[in-house]
Amino acid sequence: MKKPGRVLGEMLENLFAKKATSNYPFTKAVVDARYRGRIAFESDKCIGCKMCVRACPSKAIEIPLSAEQPAAAPIPEGSAPVPAKKKFDCIMSLDRCIYCSQCVDVCPKKALISTTDFELAHTDRKLLRLHYK
Amino acid sequence: MTKMTIPLGPQHPALKEPVNFSLVLEGEQITGSTVNLGYNHRGIEKAAESRTYLQDIYLLERVCGICSHSHTTCYLTCVEEIAKAEVPERAKAIRTIVAELERIHSHLLWLGIAGYEMGFETLFMYSWRDREQVLDCLELVSGNRVHYAMNTIGGVRRDITPEQKTEILRRVSILEERTKYYIKLGTEEATVLARTQNVGLLPHDVAMNLGTIGPTGRASGIKCDVRKHEPYLLYGKLDFKEITHDTNDVFGRLVVRVLELVESYKIIRQVLNYLPDGPIAVKVPAKIGPGEATNRYEAPRGEDIHYVKANGTDKPERVKVRAPTMANYVAVPYMLNSGYLADAPMTIAAIDPCMSCTDRAMVYDTKKNKVRIYGWDDLRKLGIEHYKKRGVDFSKL
Amino acid sequence: MTIDSTLPALTYILVFPGFTFLAVYGFFLQWFDRKLSAVMQNRVGPPWYQALADFIKLLAKEVIVPEVCDTVMFKVLPYFAMAAVMTSVFMLPVWTDALYAFQGDLIVVIYLLTIPTVTFFLAGWSSTSPYATIGAMRVLTQLFAYEVPLMLALIGPAILAGTWNISEIAGFFTNNKLYMLAQIPGLIIALLALQGKLERVPFDIPHAKNEIVGGQFTEYSGRLLAFFYLAIDMEMVVGVALVNAVFLGGTLGTAGLLGMAVFLAKTMAIVFLLTLVKVAMGRVRIDQMVRGCWQILAPLCLAQILFDIFLKFKLG
Repeated sequence: MKKPGRVLGEMLENLFAKKATSNYPFTKAVVDARYRGRIAFESDKCIGCKMCVRACPSKAIEIPLSAEQPAAAPIPEGSAPVPAKKKFDCIMSLDRCIYCSQCVDVCPKKALISTTDFELAHTDRKLLRLHYK
Repeated sequence: MTKMTIPLGPQHPALKEPVNFSLVLEGEQITGSTVNLGYNHRGIEKAAESRTYLQDIYLLERVCGICSHSHTTCYLTCVEEIAKAEVPERAKAIRTIVAELERIHSHLLWLGIAGYEMGFETLFMYSWRDREQVLDCLELVSGNRVHYAMNTIGGVRRDITPEQKTEILRRVSILEERTKYYIKLGTEEATVLARTQNVGLLPHDVAMNLGTIGPTGRASGIKCDVRKHEPYLLYGKLDFKEITHDTNDVFGRLVVRVLELVESYKIIRQVLNYLPDGPIAVKVPAKIGPGEATNRYEAPRGEDIHYVKANGTDKPERVKVRAPTMANYVAVPYMLNSGYLADAPMTIAAIDPCMSCTDRAMVYDTKKNKVRIYGWDDLRKLGIEHYKKRGVDFSKL
Repeated sequence: MTIDSTLPALTYILVFPGFTFLAVYGFFLQWFDRKLSAVMQNRVGPPWYQALADFIKLLAKEVIVPEVCDTVMFKVLPYFAMAAVMTSVFMLPVWTDALYAFQGDLIVVIYLLTIPTVTFFLAGWSSTSPYATIGAMRVLTQLFAYEVPLMLALIGPAILAGTWNISEIAGFFTNNKLYMLAQIPGLIIALLALQGKLERVPFDIPHAKNEIVGGQFTEYSGRLLAFFYLAIDMEMVVGVALVNAVFLGGTLGTAGLLGMAVFLAKTMAIVFLLTLVKVAMGRVRIDQMVRGCWQILAPLCLAQILFDIFLKFKLG
């Protein structure tokens, strides 16, 4: 059953077909909405439980206390003093992160969010350390 | 004719990952060959011992880029067995779907590589173009194209919605159409036949003795599909054929892989139409054990074995990975010998090698020309000395 | 020699049909071939200036000469290959008449085209590295395989036309267009053999990258490699022009701008056929190639020649 040139038909068809190559980076690649890209952080939701820090397989997350803490709410007369909610920062090392988004899964308050941002290469190492405030 | 020894690798266009084959040539004929491993040892098994079970999933996923789901599933089956966790049926179904999508992805990739190794770039381009369909499916299901991160202890992380189901079925039928084309192409195109038939021969009894597994073994007529002989996940309930071939050569390996693609489409259709309702994961405590478990899994390249030993903490005491390529390497020198140099890349590629899955460390003494293998105590001593030079003393630990 | 005759001679060598024309058209054909194969493989392919850009980039790279090899020979070989190809074009009718047409120039061109192949062999052999040595041996083995069918295929039309002058053969086919049809088997064989001469798939065995990395050129880099590649591109122009003149009647009697258009269109059509062969096949093994050339192509060529002789007698 040897036949040379078995692909000839497909080759000639392709002369007039649309190209399969996508013209990245001139046309942006479309990723799925559920893509696991850069992890974003919302400071007001964070309660500082550090579950994410413990779960992270590559030790890419740090949750330090913010330098500026919000002022405590004025205490109404006669009631017990309510401690102010502490504010936390998040330092995400993009060079360590393996984008498994396990931190997003374990976060009890959904303060960490997985974005579809994937163009994360930098020429400067310092820029890989994102500091969310 | 004078003998000449040439190195194939660790850096060579035919190899995608570093490994070294030392070939003794007489003209174009290969008269002897040896495999040298160890260029890509990453110490994953050791690293797994210092991470929690959950973190280990992501570590073991990176044992191999292509069979990432295979390694985690195999590891998790062990962990769940020790923890006596009952994985929900729906989770098992989703795991099966991802596993089969991964097999399709791997086999189409192999087909492209095979085309490339025989200088048939058109086959390479076409099959990799069509591979995008299955990668899109995987992205749809898991979010990412390569490291799916679908598995978690006790189930899976993401569900399959009805819309995704129809989309996967649509893409699978496109792929099935294309696969039929590749079957025709692979079994009729003259240059493909010329470069694969009677190349890298591995007779049945030799394959049996060398313990060949996966499509390489099945092309030599060994019935070694773990999915059939020791069913895991949903495979016991599914209707699919175990593909074997009796030509014992690269052509047989090509046929086995392409026909397995067809079986994989069948499996995906069955599972998607079955897809039971229910939760996708159960809670499993962080501390597991004590206990130990070994599990087998049919990865795209062959049988993958994981051994996990738990000691009651949240970290495993030992994780042992036997990647499929390790078992097939032994057969490569046999297949290379008495072949042509021109067939060496084809023969090596035909076992679908994955070096990073496989590499083991060894020490090669160039003066004495000897290979030395270090035991646990030697390694410990070496480590302590290494850190002592840098001013840290671990000898009391 | 007076100034009057030196100046045109220099233009012939440097501009047309010599270096500049060969290089520019060679780059164009290389791009045309790459673009076509890309499109057939459903890819986008390189932009029009890719071949030139590659050449300039290689020129700017460092030249590394292995210590153990014969330095002079290693450095001279690329220019030798180029010079041989440039010499052969003077005997070919492009769209103007051939500069030096004489009885037997067909044989001279065939032998001049062998010189680049021999330089490839010497290049590999003088590099002394294992991959280059194997590549060199393959170059020579392959030469013995395709040279016989190529030569026999080219002899057929010469016998039919009753002349060994390429321009006259072209003229014969221009006047007797129907005889071209009788040469189709010979044309196919010549194209396949040309594919072997240009070392393209399925006969890119000497520098099969998955097997022996860069083959005979493994140790070459920078400027020297650039000139080798340029020589191969030029060889493609000459080979295609030769096939065009011997089998397809050259410019078919047209001259001037129309002749130029006919020549470019026909050579591009031949390159299209070569690209079809390249894209539709995988690489064969050297033993398979030798067997194929000697057992299939050579007897077919002989049959073609016998048929041509028969035709010639009937013609009277």
